[in-house]
Amino acid sequence: MSTPTLIEFDDVVARFDPMLGLEVHVELSTNTKMFCGCPTEFGAEPNTQVCPTCLGMPGALPVVNRTAVESAIRIGLALNCSIAPWGRFARKNYFYPDMPKNFQTSQYDEPIAVDGWLDVELDDGTIVRVEIERAHMEEDTGKSLHVGGATGRIHGAEYSLLDYNRAGVPLIEIVTKMIPDTGARAPEVARAYVTQLRDLVKSLGVSDVRMDQGSMRCDVNLSLSPKGSGVLGTRSETKNVNSLRSVERAVRYEMSRHAGVLLDGGTVVQETRHFEEQSGSTRAGRIKETSEDYRYFPEPDLVPIAPTPEWVEELRGTLPELPWERRKRISAEWGLTAEELRDLVNAGALDLIEATVAAGAPAGEARSWWVAYLTQQANTAGVPLEELAITPAQVARVIELVTSGELNNKLARQVVDGVLAGEGSPDEVVESRGLKVVSDDGALIAAVDEALAAQPDVAEKIRGGKVAAAGAIVGAVMKATKGQADAKRVRELIIERCG
Amino acid sequence: MSSDLTRLDAATLAEKIHSREVSAVEAAQAHLDRIAAVEGDVHAFLHVAGESALESAALVDASIAAGTAPASPLAGVPLALKDVFATIDMPTTCGSRILEGWRPPYDATLTSRLRAAGITILGKTNMDEFAMGSSTEYSAYGPTHNPWALDRIAGGSGGGSAAALAAFEAPLAIGTDTGGSIRQPAAVTGTVGVKPTYGGVSRYGLVACASSLDQGGPCARTVLDAALLHEVIAGHDPLDSTSIDAPVPAVVEAARLGATGDLSGLRVGVVRELGGEGYQPGVRASFDAALRRLEKLGAEVVEVSCPHFEYGLAAYYLILPSEVSSNLARFDAMRYGLRVEKGASAEEVMAATREAGFGPEVKRRIILGTYALSSGYYDAYYGQAQKVRTLISRDFAAAFAQVDVLVSPTAPTTAFPIGEKIDDPLAMYLNDLATIPTNLAGVAGMSVPSGLAEEDGLPVGLQIMAPALGEAVMYRVGAAFEAARNADESGPLIARIPELEVAAR
Repeated sequence: MSTPTLIEFDDVVARFDPMLGLEVHVELSTNTKMFCGCPTEFGAEPNTQVCPTCLGMPGALPVVNRTAVESAIRIGLALNCSIAPWGRFARKNYFYPDMPKNFQTSQYDEPIAVDGWLDVELDDGTIVRVEIERAHMEEDTGKSLHVGGATGRIHGAEYSLLDYNRAGVPLIEIVTKMIPDTGARAPEVARAYVTQLRDLVKSLGVSDVRMDQGSMRCDVNLSLSPKGSGVLGTRSETKNVNSLRSVERAVRYEMSRHAGVLLDGGTVVQETRHFEEQSGSTRAGRIKETSEDYRYFPEPDLVPIAPTPEWVEELRGTLPELPWERRKRISAEWGLTAEELRDLVNAGALDLIEATVAAGAPAGEARSWWVAYLTQQANTAGVPLEELAITPAQVARVIELVTSGELNNKLARQVVDGVLAGEGSPDEVVESRGLKVVSDDGALIAAVDEALAAQPDVAEKIRGGKVAAAGAIVGAVMKATKGQADAKRVRELIIERCG
Repeated sequence: MSSDLTRLDAATLAEKIHSREVSAVEAAQAHLDRIAAVEGDVHAFLHVAGESALESAALVDASIAAGTAPASPLAGVPLALKDVFATIDMPTTCGSRILEGWRPPYDATLTSRLRAAGITILGKTNMDEFAMGSSTEYSAYGPTHNPWALDRIAGGSGGGSAAALAAFEAPLAIGTDTGGSIRQPAAVTGTVGVKPTYGGVSRYGLVACASSLDQGGPCARTVLDAALLHEVIAGHDPLDSTSIDAPVPAVVEAARLGATGDLSGLRVGVVRELGGEGYQPGVRASFDAALRRLEKLGAEVVEVSCPHFEYGLAAYYLILPSEVSSNLARFDAMRYGLRVEKGASAEEVMAATREAGFGPEVKRRIILGTYALSSGYYDAYYGQAQKVRTLISRDFAAAFAQVDVLVSPTAPTTAFPIGEKIDDPLAMYLNDLATIPTNLAGVAGMSVPSGLAEEDGLPVGLQIMAPALGEAVMYRVGAAFEAARNADESGPLIARIPELEVAAR
């Protein structure tokens, strides 16, 4: 296929209305799989987290994971959906080696949650309501690794390896209704929706929602209709969109590509496309001839899911404060400007600061530690802030030690370094590195007297009422005690000794 | 000595073992000897596990010698297990080439319960491939022969289990019943077979034919033996979502009560739609005699109508293949079983393996089911069939509002000659006309020997059907009928089976 014609974005939105739809798969962080007792941890040796059920062994049967159903209902409720009082799983039949039973147990026409919405806030504060069509439960497939061949794809590979650890891990698929009237903001709306959905699911504590690890995956459906015509175009479905930025780029690229096809007088092919991270473009995957026939039918090995109204209400009661509402509350409490708040959120610091405050630290100190020193350390180490090897509670303890005068700021940073280096808790690091502020007045007095004796002219000035001159003596004492003295106390002692 | 032990019913044999009159090892050995002697003619087994059977029996003996109470009323009694249940120590082939030699990494729940009960598993029995068939001729490993007449079929799909009982190779067996695969073989071999209420016996480890219809159940030569085995295998299993979480009906007590021979106050319904045209004269005669016998026992026999039963066969042959087409998709050479290395891609290997590994009946049903579930056809086929299923359930509900049990002949004919219907699927399917409605509705059914057909001298079965979890009344009627028949005919029907020629071997 030749290189597609791409139309300038401004041109695209001048001539066409984009129709956007987003399908997001969220991998639940339940301890066990959707239909068996196998663990779900990411990154285990291939084929070590498997059993007869998730390997599709003859005779093995599924049993629904109650926690997964709970998570699905909570996600549905958080998205303002109605929860179906009765619904069955269905089998989606197709052959693929990474699917042990050659059917995927999913929900088809009886999803657990339907008809919800999510109000998405754009950068300038505009709110766009995204209607949710459905959220349903299903199981993940295994993973194929295609060996040999240049591309790592199945085409041209010499052989393929299969890892079934992921087979049967619970997934929730969240499908939006078509999002109309986004115009030039379609890419931004897409990114904002996925961002906000990620934050929402994360706040529920039901998934890691790590797009880089595949625990959250996004498919972008896009079509164009001639401006103002209301005539729906043919859509493409772009998969493999693995970051928030890619969501935005994929929408933008597809808009330009569709417009190119249409303005050349061609027709858009209904197909699955793959997003290429490096080039920011999409390439054609398999063509959907009309629609693939999955021969869905109700799963006879499972009984229907019938959540009682009492259970649903009980779960509604467990919903946390919505992340964006929480942010508004926090910024009011801490007196943050919108910009400051956004910086904290973008740096991934907000939750950490809040947890540090919850552990007893004053908001100002907590903020300053995470935004300044700890952000530097994270940047140096090249890891996200939240992955630093220090907990909010530990940061709160360091702040407490500073407030009580047991540490000064310089020592506190050394304590933090020790914790980050895996030397233990702040108290353990203080102990093992011997970082306590010298608060023994006896030792300090000796050091003060020595410094005063060494600089008699300065001592004279202080005695004469020039208190500002004490700075030089403080510096000398600090140097002599290798920074472990409490500077404030040193100053007090100097005044006393010269009094 | 040996031959005597093989003629005993399970209850009697268990008593002798538990009182140490006979050892479990002797009982196992007697049956293994019998298997060695007659298998060449009968071919009831696909795998005989002599060594593990003797080991398991020895454990029972040791435990009894140590004064421990037997693990169950059937501890030490040998059993033949249909080759559709997963066994960790024996191959599990389902009568198919595609699973030739496959050893499951786990035991079915039913298998575990048999082991825990101290029952000696002699081996795995022959069956139509993946339980699809009514004659065991669709086994990839050759047909089972009916011990009553070796040129005849032993029924199917559980022909191996039924023939093992009739040939005295085992006093107990396990079958599975999707549309009659326990009851029809029982009928044509003069033995007892029970299809419990759907969900009564765990399906975990039962290799699925049609998930919504399959049900494991007991096979024996007497109603009491079937009841004893029923209580061992039934009961809730958290590994099977469709398993019923309710107490197991007290079927042993019911069978003992029934054997005292009084059915007064009980109402027995004759299903008008399961009789008449298409039923062999000798079958009809035996059934009529059975009704008179039930009346003599004090039961009130009335006719009831189940108008939608006539659509049962058609609905069954849409629902079953649909589920089959999906259940059997997993046999793709990627993880276990046969693998035919042909072509360069996974798809080609899958296709070649399935082409070589599945027999004609399995392929026919996969194709039927794939078609029935296809977009554009689903509503007309699968959807309509599900509606018929609902109507049949309502027919049962209405009938059971009037009567305690329903009766019919189990099968329209006696055992037919091997090869007679193999090329005529429709004729073969008609065998299950009377048994299919219970599977569609999930209710209980059993077949007990009712007599011999006059024209060919072969066994006929009486089917007794009861509401879901109504097994107690079904066993009671079955046991009463059995006792009365035995009294009138001076002994059990199975005693009239011709001796197999074993001397020459």
